[in-house]
Amino acid sequence: MPEVLLRSLSKSFTGTRGDRHTVLHDVGFTVADGEFAAILGPSGCGKSTTLRIVAGLDRADSGELLIGGRDVGNVPSSERGLGMVFQNYALFPHLSVAENIIFGLKVRRVGKAERNERLLEAARQLQLEPYLDRRPGQLSGGQRQRVALGRALVGGSRLILMDEPLSNLDARLRADMRTEIRELQQRLGLTVLYVTHDQVEAMTMADKVIVMREGFVDQISAPENLYARPENAHVARFIGAPPMSVIEARREGDALLIGDQRIPAAHLFARFGHDLPEEVLLGIRPEDLTPGLGAPSRPEDLTPGLGTPSRPEQLTPGLGAPSRAENVASDTGALSLPGVLERQELLGADRLATYSVGDQNLRVRVRAASTLPTISQLGASLDHVHLFTRADQVRIPAAIRPVLAQAS
Amino acid sequence: MTDAPAVAPPTERSSWNPLRAARKLPDAGFAYFLLLPAFIFLALFTVKPLIGSIIASTQPRRGDGFTLDNYARLATDDVFLKALGNNFLFSLITVPVSLGLAMLLAVLLHQNVRGRGFLRAGVFAPAILPMVAVAVIWMYFYQPNIGVINSILGALGLPTPDWLGDPGLVLPSLMVMMVWKEAGFFMLFYLAGLQGIDPELEEASRLEGTGKFRHFWKVSFPLLMPTTLFAAIVALSDSIKMVDFVFVMTQGGPDNASNLLLFYIYKVAFAQHWPQFAAAISLVVVAVLVALALIQIRLMDRKIHYR
Repeated sequence: MPEVLLRSLSKSFTGTRGDRHTVLHDVGFTVADGEFAAILGPSGCGKSTTLRIVAGLDRADSGELLIGGRDVGNVPSSERGLGMVFQNYALFPHLSVAENIIFGLKVRRVGKAERNERLLEAARQLQLEPYLDRRPGQLSGGQRQRVALGRALVGGSRLILMDEPLSNLDARLRADMRTEIRELQQRLGLTVLYVTHDQVEAMTMADKVIVMREGFVDQISAPENLYARPENAHVARFIGAPPMSVIEARREGDALLIGDQRIPAAHLFARFGHDLPEEVLLGIRPEDLTPGLGAPSRPEDLTPGLGTPSRPEQLTPGLGAPSRAENVASDTGALSLPGVLERQELLGADRLATYSVGDQNLRVRVRAASTLPTISQLGASLDHVHLFTRADQVRIPAAIRPVLAQAS
Repeated sequence: MTDAPAVAPPTERSSWNPLRAARKLPDAGFAYFLLLPAFIFLALFTVKPLIGSIIASTQPRRGDGFTLDNYARLATDDVFLKALGNNFLFSLITVPVSLGLAMLLAVLLHQNVRGRGFLRAGVFAPAILPMVAVAVIWMYFYQPNIGVINSILGALGLPTPDWLGDPGLVLPSLMVMMVWKEAGFFMLFYLAGLQGIDPELEEASRLEGTGKFRHFWKVSFPLLMPTTLFAAIVALSDSIKMVDFVFVMTQGGPDNASNLLLFYIYKVAFAQHWPQFAAAISLVVVAVLVALALIQIRLMDRKIHYR
């Protein structure tokens, strides 16, 4: 039962000029038996260091590390009962695939018959049988990856650590290997701790994602929650492609003040209760915003065509945008933000537009075929509006709504 | 030659540019054209002297004519046989010891030790000193009465032999110097070789519980084989070309106990004024060197993994 428990691990390094860099602050999480956990974060966030501490390649300055209930802080790597897949595979180039896989078994003095048996079993699981006599140099990236997996698995460890194992593969192979690794993990009931900077990998493979930033753990949750309920503005700005737009806003009476734009927001505030801080961060995902034609809130923003965009190609708004905009505007369960189109880029199936609202920018994602009005009322359902405090950037939870309000 | 880029537009002035003219050659021809300067120097300084030596080695000492006496004499020339034996011993001991020591030093200095840069420079220093200066300095070390080594030995109440005067000690004394010089030099190559090995390999080993020694033996050592092959060939030819120490320190004595092949060739050619015989010895030495290098490459090629 290889469950992993990290409790307030801290680590600092001495820099080149003798100064201390703290790379891990009070990191703690658990990985349950049979769980696939991904540590996700940008480079330099401490995710690899955390993994190396679990592997026993580095030592934490303080904190506790338990594997299967046993404190392994002082246990050498080889006795922690884990296998590891390195970023560059770390295969021995002068040994054949078979010799690479059984290297550890030889070191552990496993008998020859058992060695062969386990080798064949690992090779069968990973479809490596035809390559056992080859050298790593004669294999493709994906095959090397599988050999590295085989070496991690052959020792019989049920806990496997992976350090960005797919980062050296090309995009298509990466997608295949994602499925393959996930499948293998399910089939063999492995506990996996997986380090990556690629949120797609984390989202698609993991049962649990641990988001790290600058040595802190920002959020630990299931992938769906990570997207739907980011616990702070940092996670919000990191997850999603493109990620959530997080803009600064002020509460003023019943309205939100973005730059010098006043936006009526009584319904929004009602959702969050009345003890909202005055300074907030407003987060909306680009895919949750609907650009609709609408009267700008200030007369000086009016173009000669009275709210219609001045550029001819955008005179006819596409795909029923106006009616949707009207709906949004009249819908009390929505927030409507007046925006001016700044720029747009085509992403293939979708189009990503940037609208300025007050002095801030919001990204909007629409189908590529839609036309975007230059001046728009950007509508977002209140369910998809996230608020964070500006002081410490944490999520403001929605208040528990009375049954009556829910019904309306 | 002008150094105008190859794509420069044609100029009005009709200047004949050999590079541009050569560009019309087929690719292989152009490659040979570019190698021409190297070929010229190789021909002048290697091929021509080699042919000259071959011709000279078949001439009698006086007069003209063709003879193989010089080669026949080799088998009976006591000093040549002595020098050959000395050199054989010299190479047999200094090459493996130098390489082993170089590898050990490289492994030690590859680690993160305090003052690593200074230590590396210190170990490498003998390789950049002029050999003649080194020989003179070591003569003071070995000097039997006031030399550094004997002063220390004497102070400790140990016997103080005449290092360079004793026929049984003189060759080992030179070997020590050779190892000291060569080990530092090859340390640098091994250091480069070690740095070329992915540090993840060591971590992968550690994860399996492989001891440091076993990891070195099973992983680092095999991966250093290309370096070892290269270093072994250079070390072997160095040990056969060794003449500076002998020339400065012992003049081959006492009683030819420290006579090495190159020094003997020099003596025959310039002291005995017998260039024909010297040429014959040189050619035999060259043949032996080439043969050894070929055997070495063949033997090690099978066990070497080139990435």
